[in-house]
Amino acid sequence: MKNNGLTRRKVVAATGAALAAPFLVNIVRAEATTIKVGFPVPLTGPYGAEAQDQVRAAQVAVAEFNETGGLRGRRAELLVRDDKLNPGEAATRALELIENDKVDFMVGSLSASVQLAVNNVTKVRKVLYNSISQSDAINEAKEFSRYTFHEALNPHMTGGAVGRYAFSKYGKRVVFLTADYAYGHEMVRAFQAAGKAMGIETLADIRHPLGATDFSALLPRIQALKPDVLVISNFGRDQQIALKQATDFGLKKSMKIVAPILLYTGRIAAGAQAFDGVVGGTSYYWGLEKTIPSAKAFNDRFRKMYNGRVPSDYGSLAYAGVKTFLMAARQVGTTDPEAVIPAMEALKYDYYKGPEYYRKCDHQAVQSVLIIESKNAPPGDPDVFNILAIDQLSEADLRSCKELGFT
Amino acid sequence: MLLGSATSVALDVSERLRGWLPFAQRRRAWLAALFLILFPLVAPFKALATMILIYGLYALGFNILFGYLGLLSFGHSALFGTGAYFCGIAIAHFGLPWWAALSLGVLGGVLAAAAIGVLAIRTLGIYFAMVTLALSQCLYYLFYQATDWTGGENGLTGVNVKTINLFGFGLDFVNPLVHYYVIAAFVIVALFALSRILASPFGAVIEGVRESEARARASGIDVVRVRFVTFVVSGAFCGLAGALLALHLSIVPIETMHYDTSGLAVMMCLLGGMGTFFGPFVGAAIFLLLENLVSLYTVHWQLIVGAAFIACVLFFPRGVWGTILQRSRT
Amino acid sequence: MAGLTLQLLGLQLFTGVALGALYVLLAIGLSLIFGMLTVVNFAHGAFYMLGAYVGLWLLMHGVNFWTALILVPLAVGALGLLVERTLIRPLYGRGLDYPLLLTFGLSYVIVELVRVAFGNTGYPVDTPDALQGAVDIGVGYFPLYRLFVIAASVVVLVGLWLFLERTSFGLIVRAGARDPQIVRILGVNVARVWLIVFGIGTGLAGLAGLLAAPLQGVIPEMGGPILAEAFVVTVVGGMGSLLGAVVAGLLVGVVVSMTSLFAPEMSRVAIFALMAIVLLLRPQGFFGRAGLMS
Repeated sequence: MKNNGLTRRKVVAATGAALAAPFLVNIVRAEATTIKVGFPVPLTGPYGAEAQDQVRAAQVAVAEFNETGGLRGRRAELLVRDDKLNPGEAATRALELIENDKVDFMVGSLSASVQLAVNNVTKVRKVLYNSISQSDAINEAKEFSRYTFHEALNPHMTGGAVGRYAFSKYGKRVVFLTADYAYGHEMVRAFQAAGKAMGIETLADIRHPLGATDFSALLPRIQALKPDVLVISNFGRDQQIALKQATDFGLKKSMKIVAPILLYTGRIAAGAQAFDGVVGGTSYYWGLEKTIPSAKAFNDRFRKMYNGRVPSDYGSLAYAGVKTFLMAARQVGTTDPEAVIPAMEALKYDYYKGPEYYRKCDHQAVQSVLIIESKNAPPGDPDVFNILAIDQLSEADLRSCKELGFT
Repeated sequence: MLLGSATSVALDVSERLRGWLPFAQRRRAWLAALFLILFPLVAPFKALATMILIYGLYALGFNILFGYLGLLSFGHSALFGTGAYFCGIAIAHFGLPWWAALSLGVLGGVLAAAAIGVLAIRTLGIYFAMVTLALSQCLYYLFYQATDWTGGENGLTGVNVKTINLFGFGLDFVNPLVHYYVIAAFVIVALFALSRILASPFGAVIEGVRESEARARASGIDVVRVRFVTFVVSGAFCGLAGALLALHLSIVPIETMHYDTSGLAVMMCLLGGMGTFFGPFVGAAIFLLLENLVSLYTVHWQLIVGAAFIACVLFFPRGVWGTILQRSRT
Repeated sequence: MAGLTLQLLGLQLFTGVALGALYVLLAIGLSLIFGMLTVVNFAHGAFYMLGAYVGLWLLMHGVNFWTALILVPLAVGALGLLVERTLIRPLYGRGLDYPLLLTFGLSYVIVELVRVAFGNTGYPVDTPDALQGAVDIGVGYFPLYRLFVIAASVVVLVGLWLFLERTSFGLIVRAGARDPQIVRILGVNVARVWLIVFGIGTGLAGLAGLLAAPLQGVIPEMGGPILAEAFVVTVVGGMGSLLGAVVAGLLVGVVVSMTSLFAPEMSRVAIFALMAIVLLLRPQGFFGRAGLMS
């Protein structure tokens, strides 16, 4: 070997070792016999608050599992990674978790494109993945694999439930204001499907670019159409800005504003004024504890671990996502996917919101949708929603297996 | 402490390189190839090493235009992304074999570069940067809207290649190490091609145009044509990088075409050293390793990376690699 | 299209003007900085965001909105002075790209610092009480606050015009925008002029951010998309031309507004297409000087 090459190699090795040194220290690496749950979530970016609540709730599931004996003495461990709300980054994190940490289960994340990216990685490598983010796309046959599970609601379920409630209560003349991306389109499709059965009249279907900060160009037209119901189908900051500007333009005086999803953290962050009177859907609200015992148990555990905080909607999805895998594994006594998959498919559970189970063809968790309305609460008070109704969905309310492409 | 040891290593390198520099320059592609072959031994995990390969190639492609010709483009994400989508669509929608998909990826980069280039190439300076930004955003929008082909905001999924069939051998592409070396093979081939191009008369013309356009024109060189060809060549390399990205991630995220990705090329090139052969690669490695390392400790990794970038602009305008090379020349 | 009346068109036009007002404020700052310093300020969006957050901080600490309108541009402008003096000045003479690259990296740092200080979820900002509600402007009801934004922009423009036309410093700025070399030969302390111009430009960006806050709340990422839009405006109007910034700002605002009426999902790409077309047909923009480049 020439002298020059040796020098370079030494330099490379030295620099590389210096940079890699922290990895040799056991800061976030798991021990050998624990059950490892990979958890990529968007800690960086606009949904950092939701992601942190997801981490908190997932830790509750892990703690409960470990305290009740684990899996024949084997403890579970959560390996949290930051996917930066970026599909490329999420895929890299998933690859890292599988390659370096040899995770038994993967649970995450928050955006539709990210969960599809992670799913693409896990299904090829035969790693069980439970997605806790809304999307219709992950149910479809071309994305699906036996290893894929979907604990979260999908837009079809949420939009359908909210549509059924809103159109019967507030009127049939409807304007849709939608963010122009897959999630928005899925929402509108769900509302249309529910609305068709009820005979709604679509006055307009307006699409706005994702990430729009100014809706003033669209609101006068909506005002002029004079609908009974305005369905705003977007998410996160888009939703907060749209609601604020709609309020500023005085739209609430003449129409009822309805959204498919209302986020607990989003409502706390954006304040009462913009959301006041808006009706929407959610997978979970802590106020459910008044009527559902498992909700109370979950909330109390969360409060105990986190100083009186209550869990959010996305947080509770993380709880169930992790818990179902751990419970199924405990049931069959192993983490081998071939044994866990049938256990998951047969699982009938009520961990935090009432009865749920996974549908066989697409592993979608069949569960209830809560219809909530924002209320005026002083800042710092967590009681920000009223539960107006609970839509206990059946398989008929989901897209049919055939429609999704399954034979 | 880390910075101290890294700096002393760097100075040590430049000391030793002094004598070997002419030799190293002639054998630069071989040395780079050697480095890449040994790289997975020191990288934190192989998937990250593969990302560094891909973004390194992307930055190298960008460097042809920025470092060697001196044209700052903010539209390179379009070249990278079109290559990725062409390759991805070939596999996911048409089921073409991997080698056809890769070739289509290169073609995609070339076509995107030609399309943008033919419109942008007569503008200069900051206007060139703005035009490329605007045109690449138009392409971004096009790909975003073509949901049936590209998946739109959800990205293109299903670019799954499980085995690479090479001369009768079936390589398990899912295995991380095999995965890395297959991609590294293409990057190494690209490095050799790049080295040849830069060492050729055309390479001299490119640098001549950068030094002085007036003089080049006076020598009878068609400057506009040189710019266009350079842009297209840059597109070929970035297109290949994009195609490799599609193969590596098994998806093509729409973010690949967004101007933030164009900004990444600029950052990596500057961090490493524009106008040097291997500098952009070093820049990509530094950027991704730094991001990976800092993310483990804090969510504010962008602060560290941004500060490092500013430090480079102010104190190390030749980038890390360029500064090492320069010190070893003096 | 159902319901397309002259009234609706009129209201839409007015909305476009209101949109354009913010673009104008940003574009003027960008254009001033480029015209005088030939620096493309990629951190302009970050200064805009900073203005919104400084305003938020002041409002959270009991300062009223009107006082904030004065304090915010001063604070952000002061930061701009600091940035120019310490970070950009060392890079003059090194080529057009370096200050641009520095501001590019600076934007990452500023955004992340704000995330450290305020978190990444963002905050709502309530419209000041005196400006709430909507008024009948003839073609329909229009939010009072947006009318205020138009008025505030006009006031700033008039003030700027007076400054440039009637003061000796303004004379130097105008001369420097036309021909920096002559100004230096005439013995003017160009460094100090550039310092102040950078401060004015960033101060304007900060003011725009404060004005935008009640419209859309504040979030650390808010500077990104609007920077791209501001670039479009500056380039279309002509880099270095203040009249161009005004005309192009209003034009882009109206284009976005009108596209939203017919094909709202295209409104963002429409402005990039506009920029591409203008650059290809008339590279110096509407009012820019031909040959104003590297």
